[in-house]
Amino acid sequence: MSKKLKKLSGAPKRDYFSYLLVTAAFILITALNGGGLLSKQMQGLLVPVCCYIIMALSLNLTVGIMGELSLGHAGFMSLGAFSGVVVSQSLITAVPNDALRLVISIAVGAVVAAFAGFLIGLPVLRLRGDYLAIVTLAFGEIIMDVINCLIVGHDANGLHVIFNFRGDKTVADLDLAEGGVAIIKGAQGAVGTKTISTFTAGFIIILITLFIVLNFIRSRTGRAVIAIRDNRIAAESVGVDVMKYKMIAFVISTTLAGMAGALYGLNFSMISADKFNFNTSILVLVFVVLGGLGNMLGSIIAATVLYILPEALRGLQDYRMLIYAIVLILVMLATNNPKVRNLFLRIIPKRKSAEGGTAK
Amino acid sequence: MREFEKGKMVPMPSTALIPERDLGKMPVLECIHVGIEFGGLKAVEDFNFTIGKTEIAGLIGPNGAGKTTVFNMLTRVYNPTHGTIMIDGQDTTGKSTVQLSKMGVARTFQNIRLFTDMTVEDNVRVGLHNQMKYSTASGILRLPSFWKKEKQSHEKAMELLSIFDMQDMAGTKAGSLPYGAQRRLEIVRALATEPKLLLLDEPAAGMNPNETGELMENIVKIRDTFGIAVLLIEHDMKLVMGICEGICVLNFGKIIAKGTAEEIQRNPEVNKAYLGNNGMEE
Repeated sequence: MSKKLKKLSGAPKRDYFSYLLVTAAFILITALNGGGLLSKQMQGLLVPVCCYIIMALSLNLTVGIMGELSLGHAGFMSLGAFSGVVVSQSLITAVPNDALRLVISIAVGAVVAAFAGFLIGLPVLRLRGDYLAIVTLAFGEIIMDVINCLIVGHDANGLHVIFNFRGDKTVADLDLAEGGVAIIKGAQGAVGTKTISTFTAGFIIILITLFIVLNFIRSRTGRAVIAIRDNRIAAESVGVDVMKYKMIAFVISTTLAGMAGALYGLNFSMISADKFNFNTSILVLVFVVLGGLGNMLGSIIAATVLYILPEALRGLQDYRMLIYAIVLILVMLATNNPKVRNLFLRIIPKRKSAEGGTAK
Repeated sequence: MREFEKGKMVPMPSTALIPERDLGKMPVLECIHVGIEFGGLKAVEDFNFTIGKTEIAGLIGPNGAGKTTVFNMLTRVYNPTHGTIMIDGQDTTGKSTVQLSKMGVARTFQNIRLFTDMTVEDNVRVGLHNQMKYSTASGILRLPSFWKKEKQSHEKAMELLSIFDMQDMAGTKAGSLPYGAQRRLEIVRALATEPKLLLLDEPAAGMNPNETGELMENIVKIRDTFGIAVLLIEHDMKLVMGICEGICVLNFGKIIAKGTAEEIQRNPEVNKAYLGNNGMEE
């Protein structure tokens, strides 16, 4: 009976292990931090790591499950970040509670990114081919430039927004009333943000993201999306609306990216749009590819290791990127090259039998 | 609604369920002057054809005669440039492949198209996509409707797989199945969409005589238990002549003969198309 129930929920042990691992890591790190064992530098990395894990999970939904490439995922993160910051800074007096304000900001960031994802998906997801990659690439760059031109302030009268397209406007042009503050100052980005993101919030959002993504994959909708990835023509022939299900998956993916962005933006008192450039999109893509396409646990591990590694290697100075590159190559070989994987499996025979067990 | 929604469809006594053969009254498929041109090349021309509600029909012809093109027009992968196709009395003009599936046309493919990375059971469950519905939100939040429908779709998938005794393979990846089993899985997946008309594109390709014999029995069994019409493309004449009640022969995109197995075998045009002129003059 219990066996049958497990089969019905459609969640293999691996899924539970993902939740468990994330929770265990959170408890361990919180304990270490409480004991004063984490360096100041490591403490600063905690929230960004959470953000990049969410980003990796989000992008894995697009790339691994839907089978489409998004090269501008940082653009959605950026939208989430700046809309989150604007909301949070505007509500500082209205909602004094930091935690509640964080929740509202993240929700708004998610909605804004979801809407952007919907607008992009509307024309692009109808097409066959790599158009999503091209359009999201352009989207990431456009969003960066637009936010670089954006000047936003808030005072008793509400929000003031101007676009500094000609480069001749400053914060003074906002005409802020007494006591008003500038939230986004053009190319300088968001400045003077009250940092309200916490590691606990990051942990909770990772759990929510995992819950959404894993449950999505193991549902009717998720099966439809995977079916489209595996064979579009066959999926259509059994009555799966390709456009609709791609859209659902993509919008969920961009929503999660928006959440990650809001969390990220509210972790720094200063952040500029240049932070969310093409390199950031590629960095997240690297996490996804190295962690394994469609492998959520892999994405979490890859994002954590590969984000912390360059920071942890700072002591090695010039050799830092060299070692980072070697690690990347080794991970790639270990996960994607069958010969090297067999070699690893032969060296560690225990793991092989364990894998055989889970496969059944 | 159709019969098999009421309860278990397998096992069910064979032939008991066949509704009256009202070929003339209400054909499930009606093609009227259907044709398609690709940039001036007439791939199929003036295709007139009807299939009754529980008929097994065959579409044969030499390579390149346009048989698969006909299937692609029936499922609206291609849009015919001439004529109309009616499914169960409804015009299909302007409909999409997905809508055709909902109208009751299911197909298999000549070159197998399974969801290779999914399990056998999940392949069938994708086929049940429009039969077992619940919203994306209830799937993510695991609301009661998710558990209820997932349970139903699991049971239905197993029931459908039992047609070909494939329940044991439910957890295997579809891509790792042997060739014959992949062909059978495609048929099961097509049946999961609850079709009125099942299109089989070379179902016996690559099968040995034993497997083909089994397949013939199964096609008849499927027709009998589900009460649906079957149209099949096949080069194995033993299968076509053995089970098809009506046969249509295509050559160079035109119908050259229609009739029962005996009529087709005696038809001089057909012999000419298959054997060439010399074969006839002997």
